[in-house]
Amino acid sequence: MNDSKVKGRLQDADVRVTNFEEVEFGYNDEEALQEASRCLQCVNPRCMKGCPVNIMIPEFIKGIKEGDLKKAYEVISRSSSLPAVCGRVCPQEKQCESMCVKGIKGEAISIGSLERYVADQAIINQFNSVVPAEKVGKKVAIVGSGPAGLTCAGDLAKAGYDVTIYEVLHKAGGVLTYGIPEFRLPKSIVQKEVDSLKKLGVEIKCDVPIGNALTIADLQQQYDAVFLGTGAGLPKFMGIPGEDANQVFSANEVLTRINLMGGYQEEAKTPIKKGKTAYVIGGGNVAMDAVRSLKRLGVDAHIMYRRSLEELPARKMEVEHAVDEGIVFDILKNPVEILTDDKNNVVGMKVVNMILGEAGEDGRRGVTEDPDSLHTVDCDMVIMALGTSPNHGALKDSDIALSDKGLIVVEGTKTSLDSVFAGGDAVTGAATVILAMEAGKKAAKEIMESLS
Amino acid sequence: MYKVVYNKKISSNSYEMLVEAPLVVEKCMPGQFVIVMAKEDSERIPLTIYDYDREKGLLWLIYQVIGASTEELTTVQQKIFSVSGPLGNANEICKDPDAYKGKRICYVAGGVGIAPVYPQVKYLQEHGFNVDVIYGSRSADLLLIRDKVEKVVSKIRYATDDGSFGTKGFVTDILASNIEDYDIVVAIGPVIMMKNVVELTKKYNIPTIVSMNPLMVDGSGMCGACRCEIDGKPKFACIHGPEFDGFKVNFDLALKRMSIYKEEEQEKWELMKKRLQGGKNHE
Repeated sequence: MNDSKVKGRLQDADVRVTNFEEVEFGYNDEEALQEASRCLQCVNPRCMKGCPVNIMIPEFIKGIKEGDLKKAYEVISRSSSLPAVCGRVCPQEKQCESMCVKGIKGEAISIGSLERYVADQAIINQFNSVVPAEKVGKKVAIVGSGPAGLTCAGDLAKAGYDVTIYEVLHKAGGVLTYGIPEFRLPKSIVQKEVDSLKKLGVEIKCDVPIGNALTIADLQQQYDAVFLGTGAGLPKFMGIPGEDANQVFSANEVLTRINLMGGYQEEAKTPIKKGKTAYVIGGGNVAMDAVRSLKRLGVDAHIMYRRSLEELPARKMEVEHAVDEGIVFDILKNPVEILTDDKNNVVGMKVVNMILGEAGEDGRRGVTEDPDSLHTVDCDMVIMALGTSPNHGALKDSDIALSDKGLIVVEGTKTSLDSVFAGGDAVTGAATVILAMEAGKKAAKEIMESLS
Repeated sequence: MYKVVYNKKISSNSYEMLVEAPLVVEKCMPGQFVIVMAKEDSERIPLTIYDYDREKGLLWLIYQVIGASTEELTTVQQKIFSVSGPLGNANEICKDPDAYKGKRICYVAGGVGIAPVYPQVKYLQEHGFNVDVIYGSRSADLLLIRDKVEKVVSKIRYATDDGSFGTKGFVTDILASNIEDYDIVVAIGPVIMMKNVVELTKKYNIPTIVSMNPLMVDGSGMCGACRCEIDGKPKFACIHGPEFDGFKVNFDLALKRMSIYKEEEQEKWELMKKRLQGGKNHE
C-alpha cells in the first residue's frame, strides 16, 4: 500500500513570482477524500496532543471520509474560531502532524491541508459555525483584533458573552491582515473568518487606539473583563550606521503597505518602494514574507542571515517556497553599515562573514564575526526583519506589571490588574499565530471561570 | 464611516473639515492627531486635531493639498471612511500647565502649522496663560484661521515672505528681535522653519518644543516609517511624539526622509488627477 500523502498542488514558481495569488491551490474533493482515508482513526489520537487548540482531529477527518463536511466543520469550529487561517499558516509539521502515527514509518496525514479544505468548503457552502449559547449577560472588551483577540472573542461569544473588540487600524485581523501576505493567506479569507465572528454577535470597533481614546481603566469600568491581545510591538532596528537612510524599512512597514494598504496593486493609492536589489535582514517568517513579496514586485530580493540555513527560524515550507521562487540566501553574513549617497539614498552595505560556534544554553549556535571578511554589496533597499520590542501604547496610564523585557506579566492569562487578562505576542514576545490563538483560547476559559 | 458636516476650502491650497467623531474627541488633548482615510482604499493621512467639541462629539481638521491623497480628501462629502484617534501624546505644557505657571511662552507657527498651534494656545488661555504667537506664511492669502487664533492669544505677530501681510521676512526674524521676552518656545510648521527656530533658540538656551510630521502608515508604533533621530537614537513620531525636544532633533535627516516616496507620490498624483477628472467628465 502506498503510504505517501497526497501532495498539495502549487502554482508554478516562475508563474507565482509574477502575482500575489495563493501559492497553494488546496485539495479538491477527490484529493481530500483520498488523504482523509489514510487516517487510521486512532483511539488515542496523538495528533490532538500536538494541537494547541485541541481540535478533535480524527473526528473532523472522519467527517470528510463520510462526505459530511458540515459535521467536519462543526467539529473544527468547536475548538477553533479561525480554521481557514490555521489550515494555512500553522506550522503543522511541528505540531499535530509531527505526532501522527503514520509519520513513524511513512508520511504523516496532511492535517493542515485537510483543515483548510473543510474551512474553505464551509465558506463556499456558507455553513454556520456552532450556534452561540444563551446570553449570560456579561460584557467583555478585547483590545486588538489579531489571532489572540479573535480567538478569545469567538470562544466567549459562543458561550453567550457580549464581546466588543477594539482595533486601532481601519480593518480587523491584526497580523493576519497587515502582516501575512495575500499569497499565503488571502485577505478575503481573513474577512470571511471575521464575518463569521460578527455572525456570532461579536462587535468590532475599528479606529480606536486604546490608551488614548479609552484607557484600560475605562474598559475595566465599562466591562466585566478585559483581554489584551495587543501584539508584538515596535519593529527592531540594528543600530548600525546608515540605518536612517531613505530606503531602509522595517519588514512591518513593507508588509503593511503591501497587505493592509494593497500596495502591490497598480491602482493602489498608497505608494510602495520597488528597488532594483533588496536585502532582507533576518531569517524568520516575517523575513520570508517580506522577501517573497518584494520578489513579486520585480525586485531582485535577497535574504541576509547571520547563521546557517539549518538555523533559519522560518517555517521549512516557506523557506522551500522562497528558494523555488529564486530568492537568494546570503547566509552567515551580517551588515555592519549601510552606505548612502549625499541624498541619504541607499547604495550598498558593508558586510562581514560570520563563523558558527557551539550551541548555547538555548540550543542555538552562537556566531562570531570574521574580522578579515569585511566587504561591500550593492543594493538600493534594506529591510529589517529582526523582531520587535514591546509597545506600551495601549497600556498608557495603567500600572500593569511588566517584565524586565517590557512584556505583560501574567499568571495563566491573568495580569496584575483586576479583571484584565492578556495573551499572545504582548505576553510572549513575537511568536506564531497559533500560539496567540492558544493564549486567546486559554484567556477565554479563564475569563469565563472568573465571571461564573 | 463618520459623518462629515462640511469640507470646505479656506485658502488657495487648504481645506477645513468638520467631522462627527465622538470617541476621538472624548479624551483628546492638544498636540494629538488622527489618521483619516477618505475611502476604504485610500492612503492613511495623519492630520492634527485642530479643534474639538467634546459635548457635541465634533472634530475639526485642517489640511493642505500636497499630493494625490490630500487631493482625494477634498472630494469627501457627507461621509468619510476612517478617522482613527486620538494618536500620539498630548503637548507637554497642556498636559501639566501648573508646571509651567509664570513661564513666558511663545508659539511659532508656519503655514498649516497653525492648526496644531491653535488648540494648544486656546487650552492654555483657558488655563490662565497669556501666550504670544508668531505666525508666518509665504503670503497673506495663505494665513489661515486668523480670526479664531486672534481670540485666544495675548499678542500675535505675522510674517510673510512677500510682505503682503505683517513683517516682510521670516518668523525667525520676529522671534530674534523679541527673544529676550520668552522662557519657552513651541515651534510647529515646515521642518526647515523648525530647524531655523531651534538654531536661534539654542543660542539663547531657550527650551524649544517642536512637532514632527514625518511619513507615517499605521500611526500606532507598528511599522517604524515615522522614525526620527532624537538625541542620536531612533524614536517613532507616532507613539513617542509627535512633539520632541527641539534641541535633540536631527532636522537634516528629517528633511531628507520626507522625500522617500517622492517619485512614487508623483505617479500616484498623476493617477489621481486622471481619476478625479474621469469622474467629472463621465468618461
